[in-house]
Amino acid sequence: MSESSSFILDDQEIPFMPGQSVMQAALTAGVFIPHLCYHPEFRPHGSCKLCTVKINGRPATSCTTPAAAGMAVESNTPEILDKRRTLLQMLLVEGNHFCPSCEKSGFCMLQALGYELGVVAPRFSLLYPTRPVDASHPDVLLDFNRCILCELCIRASTEVDGKFVFALSGRGIKKHLVVNAESGKLADTNFSLADKAAQVCPVGVILPKRKGFAVPIGQRRFDAAPISAHVDEFKPVVSAQGERP
Amino acid sequence: MNAPRKLKVATTSLAGCFGCHMSFLDIDERLLDLLEFIEFDRSPLTDIKHCGPCDIGIIEGGVCNADNVHVLREFRANCKVLIALGACAVNGGLPAQRNHLDLRDILAAVYVTEEGLAPGTQIPNDPELPLPLNQVHPIHEVVRVDYFLPGCPPSADAIWKFLTDLIAGRTPHLGHGLIQYD
Ligand code: SF4
Ligand code: SF4
Ligand code: FES
Repeated sequence: MSESSSFILDDQEIPFMPGQSVMQAALTAGVFIPHLCYHPEFRPHGSCKLCTVKINGRPATSCTTPAAAGMAVESNTPEILDKRRTLLQMLLVEGNHFCPSCEKSGFCMLQALGYELGVVAPRFSLLYPTRPVDASHPDVLLDFNRCILCELCIRASTEVDGKFVFALSGRGIKKHLVVNAESGKLADTNFSLADKAAQVCPVGVILPKRKGFAVPIGQRRFDAAPISAHVDEFKPVVSAQGERP
Repeated sequence: MNAPRKLKVATTSLAGCFGCHMSFLDIDERLLDLLEFIEFDRSPLTDIKHCGPCDIGIIEGGVCNADNVHVLREFRANCKVLIALGACAVNGGLPAQRNHLDLRDILAAVYVTEEGLAPGTQIPNDPELPLPLNQVHPIHEVVRVDYFLPGCPPSADAIWKFLTDLIAGRTPHLGHGLIQYD
């Protein structure tokens, strides 16, 4: 019915379907909004805040806010870009992100967004948390040092795999990813490399064993073009109305 | 007419591997173009031992021992602009991967419990040796840093772009392909 519904995003008119979020409408129209916890196949989570825009002058997460006709949305402004850089800097100093030895390097959304937004300095003091890796599973390595708590693995394991392998535990700076087994070890769950939860981590936590650094530098996902040029890969898979996402 | 005064540049490697200096030398014949505009003060390239007043100080490596702290402070006191060059200076890099381990345990693992040590081997304690710090720190946790150039190492092209921007009086801007964390 409302074919003509649209809102304005940074001076550009963005059409939307009823039920779409601001993020989904923007991505469908080919406009990239930086995000980490949004995934085209999952319901929005609204936790990383990287997708924050200003809607009619008020900050809101674009992945959770339904699009509405006539909205004035600001995304690509110096103020908002600066806030997004700060969020990325906080994520980078809170974990142990040593990209040179990370198998996800070149495929990592956190890294690619750092490049996109020009994050060159840590700005804050580094936390250097102690987070031992879990190498117990025969096919998958868990390197908790890089977890950004986006809950995508939790959502995938719960909603798609029906296995409940992952959960978050603790509060505030102590919040961390845990494995749902008496021993806390991935080997003692029914997790498998074929699970959806093994495919969705935007950073380098859930890694297939014996596959590291298979793609040469220069040919990795975000080597040739910045993440904003990959906008088509983030378009919603179901565009409207009730059903997931 | 006088040619404009050459900028004085000092460089050093603290807790680094000299890879960033090697990458700097990788600008190859562009080094000759650069030398039209700069001259080196303290640097592994000149073997000058102490830093005089400089326009630009370039620090490779983080801070892992007491001597690193002294050298870093000498650079900060003498350089108008201080640059963190490479992953280790920016966030601690490879040496900081020891930060979750106890320093005593690491030294013991290398000098006491390791198999095949010569009889009588012990943890070195010569007063000439700088004392290691409990953890490795990036340089901005010790002194104010004006610019950061990440990468392990930053590519020669990134270093060239960065320095030519700076020498021309522009804010250095790397852009896609030159900004890299690995
Ligand atoms: S997860 Fe991403 S940002 Fe973190 S170390 Fe790996 S590549 Fe770098
Ligand atoms: S392991 Fe990956 S997918 Fe799971 S919460 Fe951490 S960052 Fe997100
Ligand atoms: S992508 Fe919207 S809050 Fe994370």
